[in-house]
Amino acid sequence: MELNILLLFMIFSAIVAVQVEDLLSSVIAVGAVGLGLSLAFLVLKAPDLAITQLVVEILCLIILIRATIKKDLPFSTSGRWVFNTVSTLVSIVVFLFFAYFALRQLPRFGAPIMRVAEEYIASGQEKTGATNLVAAIILDFRGYDTLGEATVLFTAVIGVLAIIRKTGRIKNEES
Amino acid sequence: MSEYILCFTLFCIGLYCVLRKRNIIKIIIGLGIVEYAVNLFFVLIGYRLHGRAPILAKDQAITNMVDPIPQALVLTSIVIGLAVTALIVALAIRIYEKYGTFDITKIRRLRG
Amino acid sequence: MKSLEPGMTLIVKTITRLTVGLILLYGVYIVLHGHLTPGGGFAGGVIIALSFIHLMLAFGREVALKKISEARASVIENLGAVMFLSIAVLGFSGGYFFFNFFVNKGRPFHLFSAGIIPLCNIAISLKVGAGLFAIFAALILFRSSEKEE
Repeated sequence: MELNILLLFMIFSAIVAVQVEDLLSSVIAVGAVGLGLSLAFLVLKAPDLAITQLVVEILCLIILIRATIKKDLPFSTSGRWVFNTVSTLVSIVVFLFFAYFALRQLPRFGAPIMRVAEEYIASGQEKTGATNLVAAIILDFRGYDTLGEATVLFTAVIGVLAIIRKTGRIKNEES
Repeated sequence: MSEYILCFTLFCIGLYCVLRKRNIIKIIIGLGIVEYAVNLFFVLIGYRLHGRAPILAKDQAITNMVDPIPQALVLTSIVIGLAVTALIVALAIRIYEKYGTFDITKIRRLRG
Repeated sequence: MKSLEPGMTLIVKTITRLTVGLILLYGVYIVLHGHLTPGGGFAGGVIIALSFIHLMLAFGREVALKKISEARASVIENLGAVMFLSIAVLGFSGGYFFFNFFVNKGRPFHLFSAGIIPLCNIAISLKVGAGLFAIFAALILFRSSEKEE
């Protein structure tokens, strides 16, 4: 029951974030969606994810606000309006069509099929010695995924530093 | 069942924002909403009614735990989402410095 | 409008002096107890990066860059990545890649237990923390220098 109320709050905040024209207000509304998501993770019994989502949301908000503040908003709606609306509707209808077929195959909410997880839960304590099973899974049973994640983070940092780096430019040659 | 439908609605709102808006910062916001919806969907699949969190406590039997594997996958996905958002914001800052606007229709017409 | 160089107002600076050490300590606690309580390397690394970003936002960029310069941040990030890979390769001594090669896994619910998992948590937190701080320093330095032109 609480989960449905939280999801409705998130949907309402997302609609506010999409429709409002002021950039600062829509960024704050996205922050509200992230906070609702962190509370939803807590209701769904995932405390690791709640902590991580909260702090990552704060950092994402700081980066977004520092990028958009003091910048103006030249807003204009030009042509090709009919094509844009039709293609958006077609994309959403195609997504919902395939989502309907997927929704019929999913297990009922609250009764997951835990074929691999049963072995991880039953033997996680004595094979790794850790009591936090999620940490045991990401660092011991599935360590390759963590290595892939570290590589992706490294690549993103290199990408940002390569984009932002100012190449030398002689000032008196510019008008 | 209603939780899955609400999650898909959130995904559709984010998708509409990515496709229809003309400001780059709005597109970044829509991308963030899509990513929240996908992470939520993963964790919704692995939930067991009246389950326990997958942390063992002293002198408690291991029964009735929620699925820990989707939580392990979403944990790395959240941090990767932050890195991708930072990369797109860096691109947006560079585009503003070069063209002077955040409007994507004007960026297409200028030959910078 | 006031320029960015002196930082923020006096109230923010006073509160920052009181709390930035506590935030760093909390992040280190979450990293070290990652195998006992919820948290782990990722959340702890982001909290450690947030404490340095807090310092940079409140005091301006020179004071924060005196604590951790950009070259040192990239060295720390590379150190974290190399440490993680070397722990993985050392698993070959037990059998295969990423093997948990401590035979005595300690008693559960104690701090020194669970094999290589605390070491992996420390390596991940160094990498994530230093990487996110380098991203933020690059974005803010770019903005300030662009504003001065």
